[in-house]
Amino acid sequence: MGYPASYRYTKDHEWIDAKGGTATIGITDYAQHELGDVVFVELPKPGAKVEKGKSFGTVESVKAVSEIYAPASGEVLEANGQLQNKPETINSDPHGAAWLIRIKLSNPSETDGLMDAVAYEKYIAQKGEGTSA
Amino acid sequence: MELRKTPLNALHRKLGAKMVNFGGWDMPVEYPSSGGLIAEHKAVRGGVGVFDVSHMGDIRIRSGKTPGGALAAVQHICMNDASKLAIGQAQYSAMLYPQGTFVDDVIVHRLGEDDFLLVINAGTREKDVSWVRENTKGFDCVVEDLSDAYTQLAIQGPRAVDVVQKLTDANLSAIKNYWFTHETLCGLKDRLIARTGYTGEDGFEIYVPGDVATSERVWNAVMEAGREFGIVPCGLGARNTLRLEAKMALYGHEISETISVWEAGLDRYCKMDKGEFIGRAALAKLSSAAPKRTLVGLEMIDRGIARDGYRILDLAGVEIGVVTSGSPSPTLGKNIALAYVPPEFSAIGTTLLVEIRSQQCKAQVVTTPFYKRVKKPAAPQAAT
Repeated sequence: MGYPASYRYTKDHEWIDAKGGTATIGITDYAQHELGDVVFVELPKPGAKVEKGKSFGTVESVKAVSEIYAPASGEVLEANGQLQNKPETINSDPHGAAWLIRIKLSNPSETDGLMDAVAYEKYIAQKGEGTSA
Repeated sequence: MELRKTPLNALHRKLGAKMVNFGGWDMPVEYPSSGGLIAEHKAVRGGVGVFDVSHMGDIRIRSGKTPGGALAAVQHICMNDASKLAIGQAQYSAMLYPQGTFVDDVIVHRLGEDDFLLVINAGTREKDVSWVRENTKGFDCVVEDLSDAYTQLAIQGPRAVDVVQKLTDANLSAIKNYWFTHETLCGLKDRLIARTGYTGEDGFEIYVPGDVATSERVWNAVMEAGREFGIVPCGLGARNTLRLEAKMALYGHEISETISVWEAGLDRYCKMDKGEFIGRAALAKLSSAAPKRTLVGLEMIDRGIARDGYRILDLAGVEIGVVTSGSPSPTLGKNIALAYVPPEFSAIGTTLLVEIRSQQCKAQVVTTPFYKRVKKPAAPQAAT
């Protein structure tokens, strides 16, 4: 699975797709592979505030609880309701159908310092595990 | 810190297993090539899976100068009645501290009239060996730590017997649950083949020489024999979800040095009438008082997964207990847990709260085990 060129990536394996004043946020293919089968997702409600670098929810596998950290600050416009009943979508389509939240960005420049796809792929390769084709 | 490795460590890594530190051991937690934890769990429930459990330990206690010393020693350190075991039979038991709490749980195998094999937990290997040596000093017996001598594989599931039967001439249908034999397996003479396991399914645990070459050869033979039954390698993740569904204790969770036999609900493995054993006096005193806590099974009602260490609250929000083990249950499709609560909260159907991060989620006390396998009709056997 490739890493979309238009997304930006964090060291904690979140992705953010910022367009104008809003952004969509999810976790990466690397993250879902590390987690294993996702069985539970906890997301904030519309109207909730998220803060860059702070946890805004959790993604859980059978064995582990994984906090999700906001790549940028803003207000939640929508949480992906599909994931409540089908959390396994995070495993099958982490960059697309399994987006987690859409937010209104309070400070769009916060995404400037994030890794692009090339840098992210290099980052995870250095972790000793490359992306699978 | 250098982690300990079983003889099959390189093989697990070659299979692409996700590795984890378990009690100081570098062990597979799941195999993506098997489909991962949930797939491994389901394979064991519906077919067959194989686990490397070589990290577990083995202590042999046999006769000293005159026979009888080994049995006496085992009777002194273990709470179940080993004298009831036939040769070729095993029993679930535990070694206790004088205060009636757990040193470790153990499977005691009667290898001979006065010859026993204790299979112990990985995380308590050294502690157990020291404990056994120290507390059998007054008995005429020989204690051997054989923990590094064996590769131990657990082949578990309804098709396990079919898999293992292909590898041995032993008549496995004659070996009942918790019995064992020594037979040629994969061409290796005199191997222990025990109908034991930690999954709640039928299955066998086999013990072969712990050199890498033999270990890998036997593993590959098991995989080959199991291919037609869809066998998959299974890791510690599935091992945990399987044993939790079957309500089997895990040391450090449901049993520990601060938990008594009565609290853990393991009365039926504790034979107070057999005679003296370490912990008996304390247990006798404790049994007359009401236990302060008891182990219950929980099923989540609200959305949320109860996990090890989470606090249990009553409906007023007052803390009353703790989750010892909690996880999604792949077989039940529910989130389950074992927990210690005061006896007044232990009735089936009682609603409690589990504190999951910032939320208080409703759970219900349910009967355990959460899962019980459908047993094939067999000749009645005495339980020990």
